[in-house]
Amino acid sequence: MARIIVVTSGKGGVGKTTTSAAIAMGLAKKGHKTAVIDFDVGLRNLDLIMGCERRVVYDFVNVINGEASLNQALIRDKNCNLLYILPASQTRDKDALSQEGVGKILDELKKEFKYIVCDSPAGIEKGAHLAMYFADDAFIVTNPEVSSVRDSDRMLGILSSKSRRAEQNEEPIREYLLLSRYSPDRVKLGEMLSVDDVQEILSLHLLGVIPESKSVLNASNSGTPVILDEKSDAGQAYADIVARYLGEDRPHRFIDEKKGLFGKLFGGK
Amino acid sequence: MSTDSQQNDHHSPVLEFKSSTFSVPVLVLASNDAITIEQQLQEKIHLAPEFFKNSPLVFDLQELNKHDLDIDVTELINIIRKLGLLPIGIRGGVAQQNQQALELGIPVHSGHSTAVSSGTQKQQTPEPEAATPEPQVVAEAATLITHPVRSGQRIYASGDLIILAQVSAGAEIMAEGNIHVYGSLRGRALAGVQGNTEARIFCSDLQAELISIAGNYKISEDLNGAVLNQPVQIYLQNHTLVIKDI
Repeated sequence: MARIIVVTSGKGGVGKTTTSAAIAMGLAKKGHKTAVIDFDVGLRNLDLIMGCERRVVYDFVNVINGEASLNQALIRDKNCNLLYILPASQTRDKDALSQEGVGKILDELKKEFKYIVCDSPAGIEKGAHLAMYFADDAFIVTNPEVSSVRDSDRMLGILSSKSRRAEQNEEPIREYLLLSRYSPDRVKLGEMLSVDDVQEILSLHLLGVIPESKSVLNASNSGTPVILDEKSDAGQAYADIVARYLGEDRPHRFIDEKKGLFGKLFGGK
Repeated sequence: MSTDSQQNDHHSPVLEFKSSTFSVPVLVLASNDAITIEQQLQEKIHLAPEFFKNSPLVFDLQELNKHDLDIDVTELINIIRKLGLLPIGIRGGVAQQNQQALELGIPVHSGHSTAVSSGTQKQQTPEPEAATPEPQVVAEAATLITHPVRSGQRIYASGDLIILAQVSAGAEIMAEGNIHVYGSLRGRALAGVQGNTEARIFCSDLQAELISIAGNYKISEDLNGAVLNQPVQIYLQNHTLVIKDI
């Protein structure tokens, strides 16, 4: 049974597209046929990060309008042949999307793909609403700072009241927390919220912590999802996240928990 | 028609009771002077004769009784009928007025008026108003919320509100009765929103942006460190919010 995953946050610039690209690649690398859709119509970025911007012919809006078939618009990833990208249109805006149209495309994708990753635009307006409406699982990407956490909380409220599952009284969307751009050093200095702080505010299942890392920017610039950079901490963090999502039990890393604990045990007295 | 159905006819109900709501004009009196009442009522009817023709009417004596002005209910009913209106109820009357009305076949409507009678000087023994069968005010069932109330969400309960999870900053919970939060209360909580000054707020961890009971409120800046992050109850005493730990 196919599952639709929405990667969302409310706030912009927290790493939704980076996460969508990494997660989709990770799932495909694990042998699951995966599609990733850019819902950010008008400000498309996913194709850049996936490194397929020069192969875009048709886009999401063309498919909705019946100007192209789904197969014409889907771009096969150059690194993994189980991964397909449905790019957003750069020349249109979010009003080009309709709930009915999106629903139809997702239904069609569900027949062929195991996972469908929806990269949500920032905000809580139409684009973000449509990205999450049909979701089965939600990855909430949050930065360890108050405004991002607040926006994530707002988005969680919307997921639990305005999604298809909520409206049809089905089992609610499964929500997972991804804490990105995390810097243990700055947490220690009190400049950033800690994992515990964020979890206390959101009370959400933590799927993983992605450390602040230069490798993310490098990966974006070169158009390869950071998860393919297996030596980088961010790449490993995403690999852990995908594994945990698929049911593997992996301990959390990059929280610097141990240092903190030892610090408390030995340094505190 | 078969014989079967004829047999059934014997048992099938020919009537049923249904509940329905009607909109009826209410005549609120501020004077007990029968002549003036008749005069002014006549003038009103002249303004819209078609509207008032055979119109049902409830008359309300609460204002009169508040000011200890007695009125002859029989005479009043006669005036109303004379002017072509059909009185169908009395409201806000004291026991004796209600009795008079009942004798003339006018039903007694219990309204918001029962407290009035105690104020009258007609040394009314604290006779319970048993004559008027008060509709029992059934306590509103409590609203139970088991999931977190997230930022931007609003919950309104017409009775008590019980929340078994956290209330996030930016969320708003309102109840006409009490509010209980068995989690962190970080949003806004307003109890007794319809003016119930007896309403209280209970929470196991107070971090609220705003707390209010019957319109008396405090914002988080007003909360001192002694009550923050504590399990507390909040209630109203002399129009002031009191926050006490529990």
